Amino acid sequence: MQANTRAIYMLPYYVWIVLFVVAPVVLVGYYSFFDVDGQFTLQNYRTFFTPVYLQMTLSSFWYAFLVMLFSLLIAYPAAYWLTRTKHRQLWILLIILPTWINLLLKTYAFIGIFGTYGPINAFLETIGVGQQQLLFNSFSFVFVSVYIFVPFMILPIYNALEEMNPSLISAARDLGASGWTTFQRVIFPLTISGVKSGCMAVFIPSLSLFMITRLIAGNKVITLGTAIEQHFLVTQDWGMGSTVAVVLIIAMALLMLLSGGFGQEVRHGK
Amino acid sequence: MANKGRWGNVYLVLVFAVLYAPILYLMYYSFNSADNMHQFEGFTWKWYGEVFQDTRLMIILINTLVIALLSSTIATMIGIIGALAIDRIRRRRLKDAVLSLNNVLIVSPDVIIGASFLILFTIVGIKLGFASVLISHIAFSIPITVLMILPRLQEMSPTLIDAARDLGASRRDVLSKVILPFIKPGIFAGFFMAFTYSLDDFAVTFFVTGNGYSTLSVEIYSRARQGVSLSINALSTLIFLFTTALVVGYYMITRRSQGRSRKHEPAAEMGVPR
Amino acid sequence: MKAISRTFIVIIAVALLLMFVANRLNVSQGYAGSNTLTIYNWGDYIDPELLTKFQKETGITVIYQTFDSNEAMLTKIEQGGTTFDVAIPSDYAISKMREENLLIPLDHSKLPNLKNIDPSFLNLSFDPDNKYSAPYFWGTLGIVYNPKLTNLKFHSWDDLWNPSLRNNVLLTDGAREVLGMSLSSLGYSLNDTNDQHLQAALAKLKKLTPNVKAIVGDEIKMLLANNEAAAGLVFSGDASEIMDQNPDLDYVVPDQGSNLWFDNMVIPKTAANIDGAHKFINFMMNPEVAAQNAEYVGYATPNDAALKLLPEDISSDERFYPSKQVLKRLEVFDNLGKKMLVHYNELFLQFKMNK
Repeated sequence: MQANTRAIYMLPYYVWIVLFVVAPVVLVGYYSFFDVDGQFTLQNYRTFFTPVYLQMTLSSFWYAFLVMLFSLLIAYPAAYWLTRTKHRQLWILLIILPTWINLLLKTYAFIGIFGTYGPINAFLETIGVGQQQLLFNSFSFVFVSVYIFVPFMILPIYNALEEMNPSLISAARDLGASGWTTFQRVIFPLTISGVKSGCMAVFIPSLSLFMITRLIAGNKVITLGTAIEQHFLVTQDWGMGSTVAVVLIIAMALLMLLSGGFGQEVRHGK
Repeated sequence: MANKGRWGNVYLVLVFAVLYAPILYLMYYSFNSADNMHQFEGFTWKWYGEVFQDTRLMIILINTLVIALLSSTIATMIGIIGALAIDRIRRRRLKDAVLSLNNVLIVSPDVIIGASFLILFTIVGIKLGFASVLISHIAFSIPITVLMILPRLQEMSPTLIDAARDLGASRRDVLSKVILPFIKPGIFAGFFMAFTYSLDDFAVTFFVTGNGYSTLSVEIYSRARQGVSLSINALSTLIFLFTTALVVGYYMITRRSQGRSRKHEPAAEMGVPR
Repeated sequence: MKAISRTFIVIIAVALLLMFVANRLNVSQGYAGSNTLTIYNWGDYIDPELLTKFQKETGITVIYQTFDSNEAMLTKIEQGGTTFDVAIPSDYAISKMREENLLIPLDHSKLPNLKNIDPSFLNLSFDPDNKYSAPYFWGTLGIVYNPKLTNLKFHSWDDLWNPSLRNNVLLTDGAREVLGMSLSSLGYSLNDTNDQHLQAALAKLKKLTPNVKAIVGDEIKMLLANNEAAAGLVFSGDASEIMDQNPDLDYVVPDQGSNLWFDNMVIPKTAANIDGAHKFINFMMNPEVAAQNAEYVGYATPNDAALKLLPEDISSDERFYPSKQVLKRLEVFDNLGKKMLVHYNELFLQFKMNK
């Protein structure tokens, strides 16, 4: 009886998995075995293991890692100090608010801001550093990607910090732990679940970023997302595009297994 | 400590400055009498006038909001169920497998999601338009809500549930009185992210829409070839100011009502650092 | 629990209210009626006043839906599920649609205004005898340069390889365009499929890498107008917009030859209102309408009668309405087939990854 009711209310989620996850994955897997003329082939996978694509894969993972790392480095202190502010619920909403403005528009704004005659360069000139090329390099790519993802990192960390029992910190301090030790031994371990879900929410989508690679990096950075976009929309070589997607999905699943997913060390609280 | 707090505030001000810089830039140029975003010629309201005259743009704006509100609400509900379902799974391997499936849509580029959903809808025979867009937005928002809710659920100590059960709470009560309140922050985080995903999505919506149904993102992207007009900046400025007012207003109201209730149950807010 | 369900109920109520408002607006605009025509076009690629005018003349309500690339539009029409009555794709896309039987032949008896079109823009390789399409706008591919940032006088594609332009050239993100430029500079056709020629073109492109600041899409207009680079490979339509914003710049079609492109009106097989579609296509070829549209959009009109109505300084501008002599040197991109397109894109990818 109990098992039954459980199964029924969980139905919508599993229906979703079957219809919108399994079905598309099967479809993508199926397409990956066909060439542009609709002939069955393994050539797509052979093409993937050529230096061009392997190099692209490597650089995608490297940039996704960088984006995740910098997002975390920026988000953690921000989330931490946000929990100490007076109107913190308001501030956290104001962190999310900018994400509601269209991304293409914000990217255009960044092109203006980072441009040769933009405000940043004007500032650099007045302080005597001189004009720099800020656009179309890996710096601008990582910067704008971090800009896009940082709210997604702040939110879960903030929530984890919010729920932490503050008396634990006072206790640690009372016992003579320094600020850093308190952070290392008490605060960080207790918020690790927030950090994990933030990292997932950032790392996974950064693997397939594509618009920014063209607009902000001027195609000087090429990721797997760019390649998929190309194959689906320009050459209409859905087979090759699907192949890259299959590799991405497998890589993601492997990552999940390696990182231990969630839930291994979170039960220590009891 | 006070000194440290000051550094914290400086840091936060910096973070906010960077987050809002591009938006202020867009807002500034929405008053530009020239039609570009790099040379400010003179002040004008004309782009705002254009926005209000453009009924098509207004309809698109409302469509966008309706889709975002409905899809993120429904996605959050299913996300709660999903997180509960994953949390119940005892076998680690199976849990990781379901979680990987959950994340597939986050890692897949929008173009692939869009194209495969389009194929799916045409096979099933759903008319492309409002319904197909809504279903797709719900579908691609679910995984992020699960990802936000699940950690909170796993942090919950099982003894809490056991205690409630021992005290005679029904399954339903445990869910509504113990579990849901505990995972509330995760639920709201999930909702806001789903909302963001929905507002920002271009590729998926593009593929699954039809019959004149359009959203703001699709409209903005398809204007890129002709150059995005500053009336879009003006519209974004209005949206931005409106949502800011809404958020601040909402905060004020909830704070006032909370302040009132705090007088009744002062214990509820105890232990929260100020 | 209470807080959560209350919030969700409020949100759903607001959404329903908004839906009602949208519905009222749709009805007031006639979008919900039965006598409608759905146009599938690039965003902001028509004077909206003309849609109103068409509506008044024919009583047909126009629903305007937009796409952002030919390929994306193709996918939508291929897959079906929609009722687009008129679409406005580019030349090579029309050729593909023709091959894949995605188009309905035009009934020329319903299009008397076709006589206004300059005969040199009719009966082209992508659509012989204009069986399926009627010209909307046309243009060329060329170089926009900034005399304030470079002293070079651009005549040839080879000028882009000039060492003085180091990190100062922007390219448009298209395999056919960029490889085509290289092929043309080597004296080959833009539609060359000989692999040796293509490899030679790639080798030449790789020498261009130090000069390339970025390979970008539509943003190229904003960047060039903002003096971000001295020169750029762009389409004439973009060029006219760039020069509108920044009059310092100039546009040139290189001597060796270049690409000639078209955006034509077609009736996709998904059409529901074929009669209305013909009315619309004919309406857009009316000289006054075409002239008004050309002024709004800023692209070159293929409509001879409309051209005479345009201000002298527009119609006599040889950069955008090149002489017959220049036209002879231009080539339309042929549909080379999917395999060749994939090959072009592979080469282009190698160029992009070249450091």
